[in-house]
Amino acid sequence: MSDTIAPIDFSLSRRHSAEAGVGDFIALLKPRVMSLVVFTALVGMVAAPTDLNPVIGIAALICIAVGAGASGALNMWYDADIDAKMQRTMGRPVPMGRIKPGEALGFGLFLSAFSVLTLGLLVNWMAAALLALTISFYVVIYTMWLKRTTPQNIVIGGAAGAFPPMVGWAAATGTVGLESILLFLIIFLWTPPHFWALALYRSRDYESAGIPMLPVVAGGGETRRQILLYSLVLVPVAVLPVMMGFAGLLYGFVSVTAGAMFLFLAVCVFRSREGRKADLAARKLFRYSIFYLFIIFATLLVEHGVGPMWPLSGVTG
Amino acid sequence: MMNIEMEPVQVDEKKRRQRSVAIAWAIVALIVLFFIVTLVQLGANVFNRPL
Repeated sequence: MSDTIAPIDFSLSRRHSAEAGVGDFIALLKPRVMSLVVFTALVGMVAAPTDLNPVIGIAALICIAVGAGASGALNMWYDADIDAKMQRTMGRPVPMGRIKPGEALGFGLFLSAFSVLTLGLLVNWMAAALLALTISFYVVIYTMWLKRTTPQNIVIGGAAGAFPPMVGWAAATGTVGLESILLFLIIFLWTPPHFWALALYRSRDYESAGIPMLPVVAGGGETRRQILLYSLVLVPVAVLPVMMGFAGLLYGFVSVTAGAMFLFLAVCVFRSREGRKADLAARKLFRYSIFYLFIIFATLLVEHGVGPMWPLSGVTG
Repeated sequence: MMNIEMEPVQVDEKKRRQRSVAIAWAIVALIVLFFIVTLVQLGANVFNRPL
């Protein structure tokens, strides 16, 4: 027996705990997705041609964040069965049994109603209606219907992720402008190459869960072709804000250079068909696509929020 | 290393308490948010009331 006194480990045993912690409920809100939603909504809000009171703006962003979290909770409630089969999602609170499906459902429904009503009461009802549409689209159209039935799931379902800048714009103006539709379109076209790049190197996961993602249904070749086609449409559309006078030359430069890199990586994915090289190309495009969306939206934010913005017409006369 | 572990019941109670505290903070934050937004929307009219 040792004659020294052993240090005492006061760590808690979590092995048999039946209660969900605060962290589990936060995980249910998909914080990473939430942060992207808040960011794009902020860009929509700042780019709008009105001076929104910062307090109202913060209130709107809180509501949008909670609404996005509510969608995540409802998604995890409905998808618990397939989440349990995929490596990427099996650690989520519902498939792990830390949160009961009913709790996730109640939490999601409560937060949905709360976020929409609060946005309506504190900001305006156009933004609230768009937030309600976003939540419904993500939960009912994407999660409950498209995700398990068609390889076009993330194409149509991608609209849910594209709505936040419109909600932000509507929070600031009370209307839906052509510019906000353009921001919607950029995210809408960005979603397929982003998710299909992920699906290319996670196709076994999706296959075992029975989700008809494009690589599972149509194969890697067709997915690579579709990624390239969507990228070819996305990059010019992302330059359109400059043509419309809605963004300046800085945005134009960033959009063109970042877009060229996006296209280069999409071509790499298209050309690398098999083995580790193909896997690596898809991973690179997936990671870069997140950076791409971030950098072009961040540039819009800088131009509209900090300024100055040099319009194209100022150069061309 | 000697390992003193909490009983599962104690862990459950701790988690429940943490959840209650989180809900309390959320309610406080909500009250503050509604109060401040109301002040902002009223603007200068916040002082316009019968004495």
